[in-house]
Amino acid sequence: MTELKIETASRADAVELQGIAIAFPVANGATYEAVGTTQLSVRDREFVAIVGPTGCGKSTLLNATAGLLKPARGQIKIFGKTHSGINGHAGYLFQQDSLMPWKTSLDNVAIGLEVAGVSRREALECARLWLERVGLSAFCDRYPHMLSGGQRKRVGLAQVLIRDPKIILMDEPFGPLDAQTRLIMGDLLLDLWSADRKAVMFVTHDLDEAIGLADRVVIMSAGPSSRIIGDYTIPLARPRNMADIKSEPQFHEVHREIWNALKEEVLKGYRQTEKTS
Amino acid sequence: MNRGILFLLQILVAVIVLVVWHIASTTTLIGNPKTISFFFAEPLAVGARIVDWFADGSIWYHLGITLTEAALAFVIGSLGGVIIGFWFARKPLLAAVFDPYVKAANALPRVVLAPIFALWLGLGIWSKVALGVTLVFFIVFFNVYQGVKEVSPAVLSNARMLGMNGRQLLRHVYMPSALSWMFSSLHTSVGFAVVGAVVGEYLGSAAGLGYLIHEAESVFDVTGVFAGMFVLTFFVILVDWLVTLVENRLLVWRPKSAASF
Repeated sequence: MTELKIETASRADAVELQGIAIAFPVANGATYEAVGTTQLSVRDREFVAIVGPTGCGKSTLLNATAGLLKPARGQIKIFGKTHSGINGHAGYLFQQDSLMPWKTSLDNVAIGLEVAGVSRREALECARLWLERVGLSAFCDRYPHMLSGGQRKRVGLAQVLIRDPKIILMDEPFGPLDAQTRLIMGDLLLDLWSADRKAVMFVTHDLDEAIGLADRVVIMSAGPSSRIIGDYTIPLARPRNMADIKSEPQFHEVHREIWNALKEEVLKGYRQTEKTS
Repeated sequence: MNRGILFLLQILVAVIVLVVWHIASTTTLIGNPKTISFFFAEPLAVGARIVDWFADGSIWYHLGITLTEAALAFVIGSLGGVIIGFWFARKPLLAAVFDPYVKAANALPRVVLAPIFALWLGLGIWSKVALGVTLVFFIVFFNVYQGVKEVSPAVLSNARMLGMNGRQLLRHVYMPSALSWMFSSLHTSVGFAVVGAVVGEYLGSAAGLGYLIHEAESVFDVTGVFAGMFVLTFFVILVDWLVTLVENRLLVWRPKSAASF
């Protein structure tokens, strides 16, 4: 961890979590520490995937970065400035369906601009453009319930990106989708990201997806008090293709290395959930 | 099934009921027609009475009164329910303090309030409106309260991440969610508004369909009672149909499976 700090201290990182710990109150006044003291830096324009066993506090880490949660200890720096409250630089693609069901795709995408004071006409025009970029120009007037799971994620992606956030947080965004749709969504994400690189924190439990997408893969230990136990740079060249990349020998090398570190934690995490349930 | 056949079968049910009713009340086939027609009236006489009412136009006055009362009760009760529901949902302390009183007020059978309203507001339309309001208010109140409370946490977090401030959250998230709950109970609340009006009239008034039915009953004019019932039923169905139209328009974003009957 110390080497990492020296390496990145030269310029302001997009996200810097310094000694973050996050705890929740549980029954009879006790607290459950989901994330133990953790350091993590994400450089501007860098794609970092966070992988870990179920219930290891990956989403918690994102929520803290988004400003939806207040850490118990430590501080969060966004582009070098200490931050508290909702992180205005960040866009967040949630795991669950989070589109407003009473708005059409177009209105859902446009709303981020509208609330920022952009005129409605302009916002709608821009939203149409974004829906086209995610391949949904024919679905502007549909309500979320009329769309498939993958289409809803596309609308969500457009909704986040239209605000042009400097940091993108993604919490297992493609988790509920089927395997083929996930590959397609991964490619779409890579296309959009390559065109205009932002700092990305991408939480997933799918190691293939993490290696395919990211510049760096960070491994978290099983909870409680989970922390970062591994940080791997992915040497694969860009542009990448989510389906083809899996057949490259380098992919397998990296995969094996990371999986060896992850395996023990996954088993530990599995035993944890067995115990509690 | 074919829609035409279904419609014919539905008509058939009405025809059979009317024919049996007619035979029972005019022939000796089932029993003494005099007794039966005293208790159940005769369908043709009931029909003739309804035609009379509409021919001389006297029914419109009573209908107008009843529908005005119901409409006022609906509007005032809904407005109150939306405002108080919103307020309570956003102020948990307030809701907690008033919780037992709200429950007590809702547990009270509202009909017992009718004499008090008549005493306070007289025998005109306002005592009926007040009764209807007490019925409509609680339905709307509970639905709006629920609607604000049950906004999906993911939608709410997402809206906040999209940069919405408190007022914008209210307008784009809480309001639509609460109103969708209110609209989904539209049939019930409109129905209760009519119930409030008719029951209020029945218990003491000088006009309206409830009054008409009560007057007929007090002189053993069973034909008048049945005629009043049929007119009332017809207009309630009409209002319900209009509500369905409004609902389909307003809740177009909802999955069809959630649509109510």
